[in-house]
Amino acid sequence: MSLFSKKNQEVLLTPLGLNNPVTVQVLGICSALAVTAQLEPAIVMGLSVTIITAFANLVISLLRNTVPNRIRIIVQLVVVATFVTIVSEVLKAFAYDVSVQLSVYIGLIITNCILMGRLEAFAMMNGPWESFLDGIGNGLGYAKILIIVAFFRELLGSGSLFGFKIIPDAVYEMGYLNNGLMLMPPMALIICACVIWYQRAKHKELQESSN
Amino acid sequence: MKALRNYLDKIKPNFEEGGKLHAFRSVFDGFETFLFVPNSTSKTGVHVHDSIDSKRIMSIVVIALIPALLFGMYNVGYQHYNAVGMPDAGFFEMFIYGFLAVLPKIIVSYVVGLGIEFVVAQWKNEEIQEGFLVSGLLIPMIVPVGCPLWILAIATAFSVIFAKEVFGGTGMNIFNPALVARAFLFFAYPTMMSGDAVWVAKDSIFGLGQTVDGLTAATPLGQAATNIVPDASLADMIIGLIPGSIGETSVIAIAIGAFILLWTGVASWKTMGSVFVGGIVMALIFNALGSESNTMAQLPWYEHIVLGGFCFGAVFMATDPVTSARTESGKYIYGFLIGAMAVIIRVLNPGYPEGMMLAILLMNVFAPLIDYCFVQKNISARAKRLQSK
Repeated sequence: MSLFSKKNQEVLLTPLGLNNPVTVQVLGICSALAVTAQLEPAIVMGLSVTIITAFANLVISLLRNTVPNRIRIIVQLVVVATFVTIVSEVLKAFAYDVSVQLSVYIGLIITNCILMGRLEAFAMMNGPWESFLDGIGNGLGYAKILIIVAFFRELLGSGSLFGFKIIPDAVYEMGYLNNGLMLMPPMALIICACVIWYQRAKHKELQESSN
Repeated sequence: MKALRNYLDKIKPNFEEGGKLHAFRSVFDGFETFLFVPNSTSKTGVHVHDSIDSKRIMSIVVIALIPALLFGMYNVGYQHYNAVGMPDAGFFEMFIYGFLAVLPKIIVSYVVGLGIEFVVAQWKNEEIQEGFLVSGLLIPMIVPVGCPLWILAIATAFSVIFAKEVFGGTGMNIFNPALVARAFLFFAYPTMMSGDAVWVAKDSIFGLGQTVDGLTAATPLGQAATNIVPDASLADMIIGLIPGSIGETSVIAIAIGAFILLWTGVASWKTMGSVFVGGIVMALIFNALGSESNTMAQLPWYEHIVLGGFCFGAVFMATDPVTSARTESGKYIYGFLIGAMAVIIRVLNPGYPEGMMLAILLMNVFAPLIDYCFVQKNISARAKRLQSK
């Protein structure tokens, strides 16, 4: 079986679109609200989740036939916790400012539903390579939504992107104001809802039939 | 009247299926039923028709809002002329100044809100619904006069789309759209909705008034929140000659509106009355507990009632038939908790001097729960009665 067979491509790509963990399965919403006030932490968070999901999937997939069924959740948690700790230490060492901004949310990746969902639903019954691709796909799907939400929140809430002023001073002098609500979590939820709205309007197969 | 009817009948075929103006069908339909009671009748089943349909109800609420609106216009002028040091200006000069300051807000609110409603009705192939007639007038009345028009437009669009249309349009909304617009403004643009720089109009309009920079005037409620005893007299608070949102200051004008609503039976006296009872009881409790450092807690109950948006909210917002509790006993609980929550928020959170908005939005969420409890209570009482026979 080739490394990028049709099935494997599907495993990698559907989480970016029609099976997105945030907008379709509605998982990982909590961190999507918490870290998306600016683009930079959102991207770092998305990448961290991608790496952790991919490697945790890989390890669990390798262990899947040796782990007794009763203690599988504990084993999964230990594996995830290991990777979360590694990522957290790396961020503290090489990107201290961002890790301060993200504060507890890196540690809370342990409780991110996407991780446990993928481990339980995919890695426990698929081979290591597919599981690795699945982890990458789902992590990137999560990162994609985070980046979309953070883009609008930072642009409209702070008038900047990656910390650089985008909206010129002349506009502010005409009376423009930053939207303070964008910096609060409720607006992240509403932007997330708009993304879901757009996606479901575009793809008929995501709509439930109205009886 | 006759001529208008004939004219409408003449242009009507253009809007029907296949007519050249079919795209504007919903607009025509909206205006026709606004001007004339629809004469269509049900073909099947037994129906009791009342000539009070929702358009007529909305019109009554709009009429009830007019006194508070007119007084609000006068007060805008009064506050401006006093602040720029021309308290001798005549009544009409003040009124016209206020009229010119408030009118653009009303136009913006209606154009944006009705525009979205028209587009959505056309798109979903529905009739235009009339709920926005009231919301569109309420929104400009509950903002400070210094609120810029573009911000008002964004807030109106936000509330019509996210508080109303996504839930299915008029009659389906969980929250009062006008209050959602105000809450949006309050949290998104706090500098334009609170503080002491937005309550007095600063610019001259068509040569009326004077442009003065840096005018400040805090609302009495804002003063109390920063632990200053309000300096306005009780008479001014009741008549409404104090800084505040455009329509909310005058208790007398709101009382006229309340009388119209209660006399025509559009608003429920149970909700309205229990809001006041709730506010008074809670204010008395805080008075009794007392707190040296918190001026809000020492505010006597009658000042809690006449200040800020309490009256306006109790009369026009809490009684909204869509978002309030519908069971008759539920209305008492719903109203009481609004009044009590409004005073609690005012006293315990100085960051939000206007507790009425948040109290009503909070209770909007609980209204279905209150109804559910009373309906279930009734069901189980009847089941018990059946068993005991």
